[in-house]
This record gives sequence, structure tokens and C-alpha cells, in this order.
Amino acid sequence: MSGSIWVLAEHWRGQLSESTYELLALGREIADGLGVELQAVLLGHGAADLAKGLGKANSVLSVDHSSLCEPVPEACAAALVQLIKERRPRSVLVPLTNISMGVGTLVSTAVKVPAANFCRDVRVVDGGLQATCVLYGGKIEATVTMGAECSILGIWPGARAAENGRSDVVPPVEPVTVSLPEAPRVRFKRYIEPEAGDVDITQQDTLVAVGRGMQGQANLALAEELAEVLGGAVCGSRPVIDQGWLPLSRQVGKSGVSVKPKLYLAAGISGAPEHVEGMKNAALIIAVNTDPRAPIFNVAHYGILADALEVLPALTEAVRGKKG
Amino acid sequence: MNILVLLRMIPDVVEELEISNDGKTLDREFLRLIPNETDDHALEEALLLKERHGGKVTVVAPDAPELDDVLFACLAKGADRAVKISGVEPVMGGRAAARLMAQVLTTAPGLLPADLILTGVQSTEDLDGLMAPILSHLLQLPYVDNVTQVTADGPGKTVTAVKEFPSAVRAEFDVQLPAVLGIQAAEKPPRYVPVAKVRAVMKSQHLESAAAPAGVEAGQLEILQMAKPEPAEHAEMLAGDPAQVAGKICEILAARGVL
Repeated sequence: MSGSIWVLAEHWRGQLSESTYELLALGREIADGLGVELQAVLLGHGAADLAKGLGKANSVLSVDHSSLCEPVPEACAAALVQLIKERRPRSVLVPLTNISMGVGTLVSTAVKVPAANFCRDVRVVDGGLQATCVLYGGKIEATVTMGAECSILGIWPGARAAENGRSDVVPPVEPVTVSLPEAPRVRFKRYIEPEAGDVDITQQDTLVAVGRGMQGQANLALAEELAEVLGGAVCGSRPVIDQGWLPLSRQVGKSGVSVKPKLYLAAGISGAPEHVEGMKNAALIIAVNTDPRAPIFNVAHYGILADALEVLPALTEAVRGKKG
Repeated sequence: MNILVLLRMIPDVVEELEISNDGKTLDREFLRLIPNETDDHALEEALLLKERHGGKVTVVAPDAPELDDVLFACLAKGADRAVKISGVEPVMGGRAAARLMAQVLTTAPGLLPADLILTGVQSTEDLDGLMAPILSHLLQLPYVDNVTQVTADGPGKTVTAVKEFPSAVRAEFDVQLPAVLGIQAAEKPPRYVPVAKVRAVMKSQHLESAAAPAGVEAGQLEILQMAKPEPAEHAEMLAGDPAQVAGKICEILAARGVL
């Protein structure tokens, strides 16, 4: 249907991603607000069965092509571009995850339509779309208007609750054919699984998470000591992993893992959206940071405006005292 | 291997950011700019490739306050050339940056052809799109994002790019050269360079300059307003010296059954 809202149904290793359901929930709101249909676009190879999980949409456009076997951004974008040119949707919602990150930008550039990135919300205002976009590590939000023409919206994980995008309804599926290059310029070779043997932070009840505010690898001993007395483990945010202070298996967030411990103590972590995505569902979040406007305080239950290097040793001592 | 590294200076989010009176832009008067962090990783990956396979690394960056110091540091780390795009107004967003970079790369002498164009996978102000994929489209080159490792082990027609997926899984992709890669993180943390070495480079090497082409289109997005987010919820703040705060946390943990 022309003018409908589309959601790119992201899937990986045989499963629809949580982001897909989040986007379906958001897309449903937008489509209902505009009085148009919501369509999911399923790109893959041998993945057509996943369409039955997309019942929040009115219908599914299903593309099966050998080049779409693994999520190669160029191939996904090329397929989407062909569909958009043929059918002119009102707007396309694309997840901003490691799987689909560049797809939205590639598509908007090829089709020559506006794109808004880092959207945490999209609303229908006077028949047009307005998006709220998270900039500068969550310190600034920009409200942008997309007008009435076709647009591509890159949606941050967490824009809506995933459960609101699930449905038991099996949607009608329309198989669609696209033409993709016989010899792609980017070719998937193999997956590299995480190294076994390290602590599985998804199984820990207590996590002491460290960020750039720890100032140096040597200071991670303070977090290790606290984790030990609490019976937990140490994990970290992206910059800590990139600096080589902790292995990739300890990374929480967009590229790492999502955790739901009983206690998540964030030490020197600013709370960029990419990190919050992976820890926001912890039962108890305590954050220590010197910046009163650090976004981590917006998701934490308790906050301490202080230097983590001073608070961690004091807390270790207090926990030891409490345990006797 | 001829490698271009595209670097952008962006606002340091550790600093307090202020919004201009128009309500639609950042107040740039007191803005502190730093190199985009993933661009810094792109440089490191380029230098690692150069060390393994030889070749030349050229850093290209739109002019900005403090840029000269940053570019001299790039040279001190091992880059062979540093090219400053002069005469540019500050631009926000990946689309305008990509158009600017594409025009400079195709018009300034001695930049293209390159085997690889490396840049950060994103910046915190890529509101209207990410620079790397737009650039790849404009230059009609292959593109891979979230790259954490690049290896060149063939006859020079392809590289293997390792891309991050969720859950600490990575994947290898065979990429035809020339290509644009959005670097998430280098294989190693960006190298440290002593200030003394940077000063020495300032005396022995020079920065090149490329004029910004006229008429680089701005983005298509209309910004209605910018604002500091007012969170719906905020943490309950615990005050006191470290020992007092630690005592309060212990009480909370005990009440929640964590202790």
C-alpha cells in the first residue's frame, strides 16, 4: 500500500531481534496516527517463517535472496531501495543496532530522502512526523520535522517496550523479488564466537560496572575488590573495552551483552544510550558519577555525585563491615 | 597500501553544552572540540595496517579550533600527511560532512585513489545520517560498519574486515578495495604520543591545506528545537562523604536482600 509506514524486520541467527518488536510498537502508533497501514519488510534467505512473528503489522513484504543470508548492510540497503522506489512508503523505521546500523543512511542517500538518526521517539503532529533525536551522548535532544514526504528514521533501541510489538496474529505475507548483484563487493565469511572461559556477566546477580571515570586500568582493582566482597563480577562500558582494560566479553551495551542483575553499580559511567540499552532492566541501579547531568542518573534508582575512586573503596570497607 | 583517515572535531560531551538563543543550534562560543573518538580509532587501525603492510596514511579533517595540534599529533603517531580543509563553517551532521569530504577527496590533488578510507563508525552529532555510508555512496565504494579489525592478506584486491555483532560475536567480511570502513574500535587502544614528540614534529613537518569547495549542501532536516533532556525519572541522590554514602548504600542493599 502506498504511503504506509514500514518497519525493517531485523533478524539475526534465526530470530527476530528485540528492536524489531520495539519498532513494530512504535510503527503501529505512527501508522494509526496517520491512518495508514503498517508493513514489515523481511529481508533474508530461508527466513520467511519469521514473518509469523510480525503480526503487529498489517502485512509483511518478504524478500528471499541468497545475498541476504547474512546481514550485509549494502545488500539489505540495495533491496530496500528497490522496494521503496517501487512502492513509496511514507516512512521507513530502521533499527540503529550493530546489525542494521548503516542501512538507513545508505537507503536515504540512494533514494535521496531525508533521514533522522538516533530517534528515541516519533510522533504524528498535524499530519507530519516529528522525531526526537538523542545527540551528544544523551546530553542534547533535537526535535526534527520530516514533513509529508518519504523519510528514513533510524530508531534507538528502547524507543518502545518490545512486548507492545508482539502479536499472536499471523499477518498476510507478500513475497517480493529484488535484483541484487551476482558478485557482491562485500561478502560474509564467518562468525567469530566469543572466547569461552571468562565470567558470563549475564549470569551474575551483582555487577560492578566501570567506565571512563575510573581514569585508568590500574584503578579497576578497586572495582574488582568491591565485586569480590559483593560476590559479583566486574563489567564495563564501551570506552573501557576499547582501551583494553577489560575483554569484550565484559562489555555491557549495544555491541556487548544485555544484563539484568539484582544490583548494577555503575562507577564512572556517563550513561550513553548505547550502554543504557544493555543495563536498564537491572533490578537495582546505583550510579556514581562526578557529572550531575550524566544521563546515567536518569535510569539509576540511586545516584551519588562523587568520584568513583573515593566511593568504591569506602563501599568495599562498609560491605566488609556489614558482613562481619 | 594507501589509506585515508577522515577525522572530525566534535563537541566534548564531558563539558557543559549550551544551546544558542535560536533554540536550534549549539552555542559554539565556549564549545570545546575534541577529535571524534572513533575517528581516533580509525587512525590507529590505519597505522597498524601501515606497520604490517607498508604504505602511506593521510589524515584529512575539516578545519576547527585546536585542529592543528590534533593533526600534528597524528603525524607524530606515524601518519605521513595531514590535510586541513580550510574555509569551512562548522557543520553538524554526517550528510554535510560526507558531501564536504567527498568533494575534497575528488578535487584536492594527491588524495585519491586510495585503497582504504577509514573513519569513525559514527559521531554523536550525525543527526541526519552517518558520514561513512553516505561517503561510500557518493564515491560508489563498498562499505562495512562497526569494524574492529582490518587485515590485508591477499594480493591487495581485498581486505578482511571484522565487524561487531551483538553478544560479543564478531564476523569476518571479505571487502573489495577500494572501500570505506566505519571503524568502531581499533585492534589496540589508540597509541600515546609524548608532547615532546608532537613539538618536534611541529618543527620538522607541516600541515597541508585543501580549500573547501563552494556550495556544499547542508542537510535536509529541519530542526525545530534543541533542548537538554528533562528526564521523566531521576535517581534519588545520596549525599555525604564517601563513608556516609557507603553506609547508606549498604542499608539499601540489605533492605533489597542483596547483602
